[in-house]
Order: sequence, then C-alpha cells, then structure tokens
Amino acid sequence: MRKLLFQSLFRQPFTEQAPSPDEAALSELATAVGRAARRRLGRSLSIREVDAGSCNGCELEIHALNNAYYDVERFGLRFVASPRHADVLMVTGPVTQNMRAALERTYQAVPDPKWVVAIGDCARDGGCFAGSYAVVGGVGAVVPVDLHIPGCPPTPTAMLKGLLALLERVDNGSVTP
Amino acid sequence: MPSLLDRILEGRQIQQRRPWPRAVVGAHLWKFVANELAQGRLNLLGLWGEPSTVHMAIMEEGTAEIAIVSLDCPDHAYPSVGLHHPPALRLERAANDLFGLSAEGLPDTRPWLDHGNWGMRFPLGDRVSALPQPAPYRFLPVQGDGMHQIAVGPVHAGIIEPGHFRFTASGETVVRLEQRLGYAHKGIEGLMAGADLDRAVQLAGRVSGDSTVAYAYAFSKAAEAALELVVPDRAVWLRALLAELERLANHLGDIGAICNDASFALMHAHCSVLRESVLRAANTAFGHRLMRDVIVPGGVARDLNDEGKATIQATLDNIRLRFPALVELYDNTASLQDRTVDTGVLKPALARQYAAGGYVGRGSGRSFDARRTLAYPPYDGLRFEVPVLNEGDVNARVWIRVREVEQSLSLIDQMLDRLPKGPLRTPAGRQAEVREGMAVVEGFRGDVLVWLRLRDGRIERCHLRDPSWFQWPLLEAAIENNIVADFPLCNKSFNCSYSGQDL
Repeated sequence: MRKLLFQSLFRQPFTEQAPSPDEAALSELATAVGRAARRRLGRSLSIREVDAGSCNGCELEIHALNNAYYDVERFGLRFVASPRHADVLMVTGPVTQNMRAALERTYQAVPDPKWVVAIGDCARDGGCFAGSYAVVGGVGAVVPVDLHIPGCPPTPTAMLKGLLALLERVDNGSVTP
Repeated sequence: MPSLLDRILEGRQIQQRRPWPRAVVGAHLWKFVANELAQGRLNLLGLWGEPSTVHMAIMEEGTAEIAIVSLDCPDHAYPSVGLHHPPALRLERAANDLFGLSAEGLPDTRPWLDHGNWGMRFPLGDRVSALPQPAPYRFLPVQGDGMHQIAVGPVHAGIIEPGHFRFTASGETVVRLEQRLGYAHKGIEGLMAGADLDRAVQLAGRVSGDSTVAYAYAFSKAAEAALELVVPDRAVWLRALLAELERLANHLGDIGAICNDASFALMHAHCSVLRESVLRAANTAFGHRLMRDVIVPGGVARDLNDEGKATIQATLDNIRLRFPALVELYDNTASLQDRTVDTGVLKPALARQYAAGGYVGRGSGRSFDARRTLAYPPYDGLRFEVPVLNEGDVNARVWIRVREVEQSLSLIDQMLDRLPKGPLRTPAGRQAEVREGMAVVEGFRGDVLVWLRLRDGRIERCHLRDPSWFQWPLLEAAIENNIVADFPLCNKSFNCSYSGQDL
C-alpha cells in the first residue's frame, strides 16, 4: 500500500481541467425560476441522488463523477446521504408509479432553498418508457425541475457542465426557489 | 439412455425449436417437472406468463440440455412450481401481478411488482380495475425476545437503485432480511408488445443499464434464432468483444466498490480509474461509454476501426500494468480481509438449488457459465478458464471477479488478434409467420435469458429474465447471522440489479 501511495505522490493527477459551464443549461436556468433571491449558498452544493426508476445507466455515470478524472468534490459539489442535508435533488429515470410517492416525500424532506436536477432522457419526459402503465412520466410531472441534463446516460462531463452552470447561478443569487 | 428432457418431451408436439424445443404439456407433466426441479435434476432458467399460458425454461443438470414447457391455463390457474421449488416463488408472484395467472398452492400470494399504484390489475392480461383499498404489504412475522426492525429504502443513502429492505435484528445480528422490490417496474414487457425490432432492441438495452450490452446481445440472438438469421462473422466477434469490455468495466468498478463498503477507499479510487479507462476506450471504439445500442438484431451497428482497436489495446496494457498491484493490495491488507473473509456466506447447496449464475454461483461452487456451458460462438473457439470457488463468502465473490478480469483481458486479446473481416449486419427482413426464439447470454452478473415471439415482424410477447431473479433471494440467506453493518458489503458483493428484476 505504501508503494501505491508513494507513486501517487509523484504522478501527475488524473484529474482533468474543469469544463466550461453548459450554455444551454445556463440559459435554461436563467429562465427557469423568476422568484426573488432570498439566500446565497456560496460555492457549495450538497446533492442527494434519487433513482426514481432508472435503468441504472445514469447511476453508473453519476458514480463516475466521483472518480479521480472528474473529482466533483473539488467544485464544492458533494453527494450526501440524506435529503435533509441536501440543497439539490438529482433525480434519474422515468418516474415509475411505484416511486412517485417516495420521490415526493424525498422532495418534501429537502429544506428550502432547493433545486431539482433531472438527469437523462427518461427524466425529461419518460424517454423510451413513456406511455407505459407503470410510468408517470418525466421528473417534472412529480416535482418542479430546475435543470435537465440530457443523454442516455449523460456523460460525466455533460453532468459536470450542467452542475457548474447551476453553481454559477446559485452563486450569483440569480436562481432561487 | 435418453436424457430426462427427452423423456419429458417424448411424444409431445414441439411448437418451435429455435434453438431449443418448446412443448405444450398437461398439468400432470407440469407437476412432474416441478418435482424434478425440486429434486435438483433440473435447473429453473425462467418462468413467465402470457394471458392464458404459463411457460417454464428448464435445463438438465449434467447435460445442460435446455427446453421450454408450456401449460395452457384458460381458467388462469396452474399448479404452483414454487410450492415445490422455492426459486419459482417470486416469478409466480410476478406472473400473477402482470397476467392474473394464479399459481395453485403458491405458499406466498402477496403481490410482488404490483404495489397498487397502476390504476389497474393484471396490466398484461385481462385488465381489471384496481382494488379500491389495496391491502398493506405484510412483511413476514418474526418472533423472539428483543428483536427490532430496521426499515431501509426505497430511497437509499448512496447512489443506488430503489428497493426496500426490512431487517429484523437481535442486537447487531441480522435474524432476517426481507426484500421488497418492484419500485423500478417500468412495464418494459408491456412496452415490448407490438414494438418493431428496432424499438424492441432499444428497450432491451435499457432493462439494466450496467448490462446494456448483454441484454441487447441476448435479445438480438433470440430474434435471430426466431428469424433464422445468420450473423456475419465479424459481428459475432465484435459482440463478444463488447460483452467482455462490459464485463471488464463492471468487475473493475465493483471490486473497488466492495472494498469501499469495507471503508477501504484506496482500492475504490484506483479501481475507478481503471474502470474509467475502459469506458473511455469503449467511447473511442464504439461511440458510447456503456456501448449502448451497438448490438442490433442481425449484427452490430458500428464497426471497430484501427484507432479503436489501438485504444482498446493500450487500455488493456495499462490495466495489466496496474491491476496486479491492486490485487496484491487486496490480498495483503489484513483489515480488509477481516471484513470480507467469512462474511455473507452463501452455501453451495443454495446456489445449486437456485441455479444462481455469475460470480454469485461461481463463488459458491456452481460452475455454470453460459459462455462455456452453452459454448455459443465465438466462445467455442476461444481459450478461457471459468474460475470456481466453494467458500461462498464476500471474499470468494471478489476473487471470482478478479480472476474474471484476467480472463476477460485474455479474451479481448484473442478477439482483437483474430477479428475476422467482412460485413457487419444481415438485414432482418420481414417474416409474416409466427416465429419464436430464445437466447441465453452470459452478462457480467450472470446469464440473461430472452424469449420472444414475433408476428408479422413485430414483438407479440417478449420476456427478459435477469440473473438477479435467482440471486436476490440468496442475499436474504447470505446475510443471516451477519451484523447489520456488513449488509452494504454483502449487498455489493452480490450487486443484483433492481431494474433488471423489476423490469
């Protein structure tokens, strides 16, 4: 173990340059919410992830955000274990009928101010599962969504861009619930 | 001497034989098969419904011959298999939820996928309106002094899929774990009905995202069996290459994640880097990090060019350089071994009874691997070993995965070396007649089974059976007498799919 740790001291880090915030996401956020600013959070957001019925593809890529290449924590973005510790709900999947109540309750458990980020094509409108008897539809059909990050699944870079855009807006106080 | 399956099928009308026979049987023979399953002479590969038929895929222990037996049940009832053979329990509960087929004598008649939220019952059978007041789900009772219950989920603390776990503990020791799943039920088999092949393979690839290649592979093979399509050689090899890259990425990620659940973050950090390198290579080679929508009925949708090939080769070289040090780290860290050795033991008898596939089965003495046992091309012409251990603990499952990483590296080498040239896809054409097909493909988690019937080029019925169906119940057994704090570790060492099971 010491050898591995020692090598890591001298090797270039895997971590890559931050991507620029996504333009589309910025403009979506700019128009998403128009209510008055109440509080600024500083450059830090705690994220609670909720799988509302995804195929688990999005979860794999959200996990990748934590690896050494993307290292999401360097931006002050942190995944937390409880909705009560969260500023952001990150929701994946078409919302299934069987997850609807759990998603609503998780949303209610997040203290204000809060934001909802819907991850993946299914989270927008149910994607290829839309129309099923077991699917409500996109995340927006159950809780208000502030930002969509499209993809099947979105790449970690795409998610990082979207989250950085959210962070900028929150930082400027221009996105508020 | 004729095999058991020959004797079962003798004199029966064979409906289709693509590639395995399917015969309609009577209730008497159905019960005989259930009994043979209970005796361990047959393995249950799957059990699924249609509006007034129930099907069972079985494999003979020893010869690995496969057949499907079907029982017509116009009055929507059939003799329960689960009554004699517990691995069928959840499958029969699901068939009841979806089709309204009731298994007579089924010891557990609680709903499984239907949580009372669909606004109807039996969505794939004769639909009826939902119960006005669905009964609350009753967890199994536990008796004893000083027991307490811990309810977890469906929303978990980590980045995981939804499911509910009900622990009953005595102090720190788990006395019983009961799972309640179905939260991720999307009605995929309902969406399949009436879909054309393009849409259907897309849906199949979204049953369980971590196995998107395995599902598209199994679905395509089943459709090709039905249509008697011959897949070009190059596509046969590219598919297996995709499947091995998927296995490699998942195993690398999970070996680290298991260690992380024992609070050993260093392994997790290094394994995540290796996993990321595979995903990036996949993106360069096939245009998608998870290699989604590459395998299609008739072949593959994308070719591998020289740049892609070189990237994969460089990635393999790097993994070969770095992985052994991580294996050594795992093996030589006493505090980590203390958590994984003798934890979450799955007894070989249970693995055999449930015909558990993948590292869950192979960590507990069951050597089945569809690549070897069913030897579908190109695996019939490749050199690889199927690692098997008997200990059945978390440690054994980690070691199976370590060995499988090594085997996948070697398999990918052989494939890149011998990749034939030629076309990528045989057009599916359109068959007006009714055709059936089935396929079993080894995903990273175990064997994925797909059975389908096509009519006029569209899906009439498609059933996709995740390996998790026969692994989830075993996790309940493996966690018994372990401490609650070791559950994440045990759970990750099984890494069953929620979405694949819930469908």
